[in-house]
Amino acid sequence: MAIRLEEFVGIAPRRRRPFTLGEWVDRGTVFSWLMMAPPILFILAFVGYPFCYGIFLSLEDRPVAHAGTFIGIGNFIKEAHDPVFWQVVRNTFVYTGVATLLKMVGGLGLALAMNQDFKFKNIIRALLLLPFIVPTVLSTVAWMWMLDPAFSVVNRLLIGIGVSPPGPSWLGNPALAMFSIIMINTWRGLPFYGITLLAGLQTVPPELYEAATIDGASGWHRFRFVTLPLLKPIILIVTLFSVIFTFADFQLVYVLTHGGPNNATNLFATYAFDLSMGAGQLGLGASVALAMLPALGLLIVALTLYMRKS
Amino acid sequence: MVTGYGRLEQTVRVWLPVGFFLVVALFPFYWMTITSIKPDSELYNRHLMPLLVHNPTLKHYIDLLTQTHFLLWTWNTMLVAIVSTGISLVLGVMLAYPLARMRFAGAGLIAMTVAAIYLVPQPLLFIPLADVINRLDLGNTLTAVILTYPTMLVPFCAWLLLGYFKTVPKELEEAARIDGASRLQTMRRIFLPLCTPGFISAGIFAFTLSQNEFLYALIFLTRSSVRTVPVGVIAELIRGDVFYWGQLMAGALLGSIPVAIIYSFFVEHYVAGLTSGSVKG
Repeated sequence: MAIRLEEFVGIAPRRRRPFTLGEWVDRGTVFSWLMMAPPILFILAFVGYPFCYGIFLSLEDRPVAHAGTFIGIGNFIKEAHDPVFWQVVRNTFVYTGVATLLKMVGGLGLALAMNQDFKFKNIIRALLLLPFIVPTVLSTVAWMWMLDPAFSVVNRLLIGIGVSPPGPSWLGNPALAMFSIIMINTWRGLPFYGITLLAGLQTVPPELYEAATIDGASGWHRFRFVTLPLLKPIILIVTLFSVIFTFADFQLVYVLTHGGPNNATNLFATYAFDLSMGAGQLGLGASVALAMLPALGLLIVALTLYMRKS
Repeated sequence: MVTGYGRLEQTVRVWLPVGFFLVVALFPFYWMTITSIKPDSELYNRHLMPLLVHNPTLKHYIDLLTQTHFLLWTWNTMLVAIVSTGISLVLGVMLAYPLARMRFAGAGLIAMTVAAIYLVPQPLLFIPLADVINRLDLGNTLTAVILTYPTMLVPFCAWLLLGYFKTVPKELEEAARIDGASRLQTMRRIFLPLCTPGFISAGIFAFTLSQNEFLYALIFLTRSSVRTVPVGVIAELIRGDVFYWGQLMAGALLGSIPVAIIYSFFVEHYVAGLTSGSVKG
């Protein structure tokens, strides 16, 4: 009598179980992909497809409500010779750079001021975040009224302290208009920096400050050599976030100046909007919007990789 | 922390900077409020002290509610915000749960792609999307914005929830699996009920973002009866060069109130989401 191999090594022959759909679905990989399929299909349809279609549009001469003709990189060549386009590039970089710097410095100041012991701290923190949560368009309208050429409250207060009437034309003068949109963007974005950095500050162990103090570090040195290095990762992430969304800002400028006076505040997004929705040149507009991609893509990849690492 | 300052020093160190930030942050809201209750005769009189209201009136509010579609815009805004937040939370969970709990090939790549898409700003996509919406014949319908808002909200909710899901211990789910529950049952009955705080954070954020959205609404909604508050206020209360400042400020204030109320109830969740969404990642 021969011993069957399976009995000898101690494994029973695997019984073929009836294969059910439920079991198949319950496998980890199958379950995952089935679960993720609807959101992935949605994103492919409404982000992936428009993105590719946008690239295609940028290579077309496409007046609105007409069929397009393929013109290769014609739109991009046109832009390279368009002085307004280069002004838009400069404006966007100035706007993003200055506003980001102001938000960073001001946000750090706000976080340091809030990281002390005092009464009503939670209520004050909630109030300070208001500019960030109120719909941008609505608060921007309030700023527009505050900077109104005839009845600006800012100017009336300035005149009250001795500035000669009628006071500066905040949105009518090219340089001042840029200054104004930068300040309002800063007003709106600063609380985000401040509250995020405050959360970072609160994770700094007090022992570190005590140790530094015992070692004779002054207030500035404690800030420079203890606080800043520990906050660096948070500052970096918040800054990248803010740069990405300031770079592609639309609402604030559209409401306040429409890109004027004389394109002095026109940014990529508002210029692309003017060309496509205003002048009806979808192809040219799409190519201006895509011109944001090199800088924006770089920032997005950098931030994604950094978030993944940390 | 040691608080050994004197009273005066405390005042200078704390209240001077905090007071400054508070005044700057809140002055526009103060100005909005008092403008909305000033009669026109006061608004456009340069000889009166501007910071006070001399003869308060509700005229601007009454005009806003009776002469424009403001109530309808508010309804549209709420409807769009609630539906697109709901859709985005459901799709976000479907994306985040497998990424947080399962090991499968491609998971890392998908998580990265989700994060990257979350960072893609609308101005990059609005022109082709406008064409897509036109071809689907959805112009001037709320469906247009209900479908497009989740393009930014789904990756956002998924990313925020992914971070939250990873902080929830696995033991309960493992126990349920051993007891014979399917993966779907485990997720629905055991896991999701544990995640309410995460849903509240993501939900409030998504709701706030929907209320704040302007570009898609501006392009897709050109008929007054389908507009949302931001677009309605900008497009219809500014007529040519004529500004109805009293009504504009009344509209801006009323339009901010829903977000402000929800925010005030859940401010801790909001701050938690703010700091975890961007910081912890």
